[in-house]
Amino acid sequence: MDVFLQQLINGLSLGSIYALVALGYTMVYGIIKLINFAHCDLYMVGAYIGYLCMTHAGLGFFPSLLLSMAGCMLLGVLIEKIAYKPLRNAPRISLLITAIGMSLLLEYGMMFFFSPNVRTYPPMTGLMARSFTVGGVLLSMQQVVIWLITLALMLLLQYLVHRTRAGRAMRAVSLDKDAARLMGIDIDATISYTFAIGSALAGAAGMLVGVYYNTINPLMGVLPGLKAFVAAVVGGIGIIPGAMAGGYLIGIVEVLVSGYGFSMYRDAIVFALLILILIVRPAGLLGKHEGEKV
Amino acid sequence: MGKHKKRILQLAFFAATYLAVAALIRAGTINDFSFAVIVTICINIILSSSLNMVTGFAGQFSLGHAGFMSIGAYVCALTILRRPTPLGFLLGMLGGALLAALVGLLVGLPTLRLRGDYLAIATLGMAEIIRVVFLNLEITNGAAGLSFIPQLVDWNWLFAATAGTLLLIANFLNSSPGRACIAIQEDEVAAEAVGVNTLRYKVTVFSLGAFFAGIGGALYAAYFYFIKPDLFGFSRSVDILVIVVVGGMGSLSGSVVASVLLMVVSTALQAYPALRMILYSLLLVAVMLFRPQGLMGSKEVADLVFTRFRRAEKTEKQGG
Amino acid sequence: MSILTIQNLSKSFGGITAVSDVNLALECGELVGLIGPNGAGKTTVFNLLTGVYTPTGGEIRLGDLALQGKKPHYICGKGVARTFQNIRLFKNMTVLNNVRTAMHQHAGYGTLSSLLHLGRYHSEEQDMETRAAELLDRLGLGDKADELAGNLSYGEQRHLEIARALATEPVLLLLDEPAAGMNPAETLRLTRLLHDIRQQFNLTMLLIEHDMSLVMNICERIYVLDYGCVIASGSPADIRRDSRVIKAYLGEEAGHV
Repeated sequence: MDVFLQQLINGLSLGSIYALVALGYTMVYGIIKLINFAHCDLYMVGAYIGYLCMTHAGLGFFPSLLLSMAGCMLLGVLIEKIAYKPLRNAPRISLLITAIGMSLLLEYGMMFFFSPNVRTYPPMTGLMARSFTVGGVLLSMQQVVIWLITLALMLLLQYLVHRTRAGRAMRAVSLDKDAARLMGIDIDATISYTFAIGSALAGAAGMLVGVYYNTINPLMGVLPGLKAFVAAVVGGIGIIPGAMAGGYLIGIVEVLVSGYGFSMYRDAIVFALLILILIVRPAGLLGKHEGEKV
Repeated sequence: MGKHKKRILQLAFFAATYLAVAALIRAGTINDFSFAVIVTICINIILSSSLNMVTGFAGQFSLGHAGFMSIGAYVCALTILRRPTPLGFLLGMLGGALLAALVGLLVGLPTLRLRGDYLAIATLGMAEIIRVVFLNLEITNGAAGLSFIPQLVDWNWLFAATAGTLLLIANFLNSSPGRACIAIQEDEVAAEAVGVNTLRYKVTVFSLGAFFAGIGGALYAAYFYFIKPDLFGFSRSVDILVIVVVGGMGSLSGSVVASVLLMVVSTALQAYPALRMILYSLLLVAVMLFRPQGLMGSKEVADLVFTRFRRAEKTEKQGG
Repeated sequence: MSILTIQNLSKSFGGITAVSDVNLALECGELVGLIGPNGAGKTTVFNLLTGVYTPTGGEIRLGDLALQGKKPHYICGKGVARTFQNIRLFKNMTVLNNVRTAMHQHAGYGTLSSLLHLGRYHSEEQDMETRAAELLDRLGLGDKADELAGNLSYGEQRHLEIARALATEPVLLLLDEPAAGMNPAETLRLTRLLHDIRQQFNLTMLLIEHDMSLVMNICERIYVLDYGCVIASGSPADIRRDSRVIKAYLGEEAGHV
């Protein structure tokens, strides 16, 4: 039982990170129907910004977190403006290839400027380095911080999406772009806003993962990015609570599978779960399957 | 009339390519390095044209083509490691392709009910599962992979496999089942309404695509000495998709042209290893920004040549 | 003998009932109209008949064969063909290939001969091409065979939809507003055409149409649908006099006049 609880605790931390990244995938998909392959590299960039802030600029944890979120936000919006916006009326698959191009550019650009080597995050000090045992389960302060930050960001996101004008515009555009335009909504601004929020969340996830697992490298985003996207699909792509649920589900399953000694098959089990869920619920756990109107 | 002319033009092109490369090999102009480039181009042609059949023509978005390629590669490698003869290679290649097709059938039946991006992500998952299985099997030697695979592929094998794949795919697309598949891509509801069993044809075209991907994988294993699961990961599937889209969805000659061009660019960039992938990705974005429908759109080279002819004939007649 | 019998057919989407308790029967060789105001559920009846939707309740029989809940391609294979209200051609295919695609259930060769172009491929393809060309001639599209379907004019596209439906060799043809968007001259031409093909192909036809002159002209019987229910049926003359029909079309006030 203790093992199970311990794995659950670890799974919640990994799941938080997947959920944060999955939110960006799902929001962008919801609004422009693009699998934004460059999103996982924003997460990587976020980890690097956090690393630079903490090692070279000597900033503390929270200022670094804010800076990596801000940096990723800027980068995400910039990528959308330069590479995606001109293709708004092109076939969707061309947009996808462009996203793949941007993803490669970020990865290999990072290798070119910062070397392909693995970097190590500075060890946490003070309160952040503490850990304590609760009922036989080891809990580190880092994990608690990851949960709390994720929770805070999700609450903030709920507020932004449901309580602000821009959030309402976002939901309107994702439901029906043309109708939204006719209602006077600025589509371009809304799309930028979506990219900004999604990228900032990816930046936060990157920074948190750096603190949690210590090492970062230019290709660190690829596999977690895929799994975060899987999480978004499992939850029902385009649905914000779906991405959160999917993220936690994938994170917990992954950690449990490893914890019970099947770590070699971890990825296969995650993907098998995806395929199984899609076969049973073709639009994901929280998605509504809509037939085509004839 | 036009049909026969096109066929003759295609066959002439194939024959000329075969003879030219054979002559250059004999003359020693093509060395080992440039032959390796040609092998890669041919394998890419096989993979991209088969993926184009599935994604470009039949509209079933697959992100798992490399998974099928790996099945062909492993089956062929394991066969020729035991029987390093041309017959062994032939059996290994066909066995690998058939196994890939079978896996395609089994995976396709449940997943091809999904649409668009859901299908893409399911096929991606399937390829990752295949990769993990090869990582863990004993017979495939896990992450270290298989090495010292006998090099049995020469230009004759390579040409036969590539030209054969292209001809068979072109034949299929120009037939009743092929048209049914294209109809699915055009309008699935209408296709069902005129009697196309959409699931059956999706599964057919998907496992056919897997079959050819298996052939491509077999050639890879029997030329490059060494295979391991990570060679056939997600990024390989993406590479193949890139060729298809850059060449033009729904254009077989587009896939051929893009296979050659992208390989030439990639080889030329090898002089600048640090910048290579950066330039490559910039090129990719640039091509998509300026030509979102791909180099050839959905046209074939032969169509373009013949419209040019017809236009010329017309102007001549009008002039005379 | 009834070729098509619909009994207590119902379909609801969530809480909304689109078709409720519809009963309808077609005799072999009849040409029957299905009319009603917009949103009455006419196209939904077609979608239920052709298997696009699964009925919530009721029965559909073609001869003795139960069709409810079957897949569209199966129903097509049993001889029910349709056209679409919002034209759904294969736009990037040639006109000829649109028709040939619809013949594929009768193509007598399999996947292997399609790959190798051996066996019966050549003779079957030749045969299909001849039959497709004949069909296109009959619908006045003979000289458009090599054009892309998407490049045809609106009227031509409607004709091609009919040609494509006929290519499946149906016994029952469902036409969903074939005259929509046509001018009176085109409608007249279409009327003659429908009359001709019905005789040539020995068809039973069910026709959704808003153009009353067309419906009253060629239909032997008419069913009127309103809010998903059959509110009247009978000969064109009966329907014209039916107060419920007038009410449904013109509103409560007119019904009392």
